[in-house]
Amino acid sequence: MDDLPEKKDPKRKPKSGMSRRNFLKISGVSAVAPFAAPLIAATSVLEVEAQAATGMQGPGKVPVTLNVNGKNLNAQLEPRVTLLDALRDQFELTGAKRVCDRGTCGACTVHLDGKAVYSCSVLAIDAQGHQITTIESLSQDGKLHPLQQAFVDNDAQQCGFCTPGFVMACKAFLDHHPNPTMEQIKHGVSGNFCRCGTYAGIRAALMQAAKTAKGA
Amino acid sequence: MIPTQFEYVAAKSLDEALSLLGKHKDDAKLLAGGHSLIPAMKLRLAQPQVLIDISRIKDLSYIREEKGQVRIGSMTTHYQIESSDLLRRICPLLPETATHLGDVQVRNKGTIGGSLAHSDPAADWPAAVLALDAEIVVAGPKGERAIKADKFFVDLLTTALEQGEILREVRFNTPQGTVGQSYVKVRHPASGFAVVGVAVNLSVNGGKCQSAGVGITGVAPKAYRASGVEKALQGNALDAKTLSVAAAHASDGVDANTDLFASGEYRRHLAEVYTRRALGTAVSRAK
Repeated sequence: MDDLPEKKDPKRKPKSGMSRRNFLKISGVSAVAPFAAPLIAATSVLEVEAQAATGMQGPGKVPVTLNVNGKNLNAQLEPRVTLLDALRDQFELTGAKRVCDRGTCGACTVHLDGKAVYSCSVLAIDAQGHQITTIESLSQDGKLHPLQQAFVDNDAQQCGFCTPGFVMACKAFLDHHPNPTMEQIKHGVSGNFCRCGTYAGIRAALMQAAKTAKGA
Repeated sequence: MIPTQFEYVAAKSLDEALSLLGKHKDDAKLLAGGHSLIPAMKLRLAQPQVLIDISRIKDLSYIREEKGQVRIGSMTTHYQIESSDLLRRICPLLPETATHLGDVQVRNKGTIGGSLAHSDPAADWPAAVLALDAEIVVAGPKGERAIKADKFFVDLLTTALEQGEILREVRFNTPQGTVGQSYVKVRHPASGFAVVGVAVNLSVNGGKCQSAGVGITGVAPKAYRASGVEKALQGNALDAKTLSVAAAHASDGVDANTDLFASGEYRRHLAEVYTRRALGTAVSRAK
């Protein structure tokens, strides 16, 4: 047994000492890969906006500051990097999923100034100066957001891969339609696909979340 | 899929965008909402060396009515049009068209100018601006010019925009008197684009059609004005028979698209049926 110490250690690291995500960072994305947690800067939104509006940037890496879930996050990015790839590969916010990568499926949905957008079709550099909200901000102190709880209660997911995008699309919809009808729901969250076909559960979850919000 | 490398610049004004476009010419592409361009760049169908972002130019985002004309800035988003109280009151065709366009994520970011300049054969806006007999105002190095909508769409993904020009505004006369409008479409179940989309703008006087604008998208390589339908309505009582006779002209002289989803013949059939429905709805709304 003594010759298998690694099996006993639940915190053991991969032998290379490097996770797949960190490997991706060094190989493709950055020579000065930020191994540390995302840097939090004190740059104001106005400064960011001014920065974004001065002259040509790229094609190599340029400093980009994104306001994500109320924090300013900095990275060195090429202008061609989408908001989705920046969130996932630079800031470890992997809730938004990369599926169709062409603005059809909705798995990458995040909020830009409170409105649902496809983060795969927005350039990170163009998202500067906007308030970006991701699925990671919804639960507070380990407690699910009522909408997330409603998804659980109504079996509104099967494989779960589309769920973060769906929750964000539903959240934006509810914020704008606190008293939705079923017709409004069908139209208002039509930008997301679920290949497991959990639409009925998602619609029921939306109705429940709307009721919870009214009761609260 | 990742686009080829490019330089990015966010223009602060229309003048700055025009001068950047004049400098970089064919190497540059204008970025508006990005929902057609960025996917095209990922597929490397578009490989601009310079991307000029005009979506932040505040002077290009507005909806207003002045001197009997409605003016909409090119960087106005679909959502802004969909939710405009002014347009719901004076030209409900536009909010109705926006409602049918893409999905909520697309409408939040995409712009009317970006869509028109892209001239996708299945886009929704071209039908509406054709029905409204709108003018597309473009700014260029030599100043501005206004292009009638039916001259603006030239061919598949091709418009009358020339090198160095930027689509600045859509404008049209405020619909007056008794007006009936509607937009109906056969929505492609996956993409949300129009397999066939018909926009109707009728002016009615004493039960008779005073003027008619009918724009059809999705059927042909470019959206077109169905002048055969319009002529068949002009001056006639708007009863069911007139509408049926008129709708039969929906794809007159048009080379209909065939693709995996719908044959040209089926598109022609849909064009007639949906034109009849759009006309019927517009007439019922003309009060």
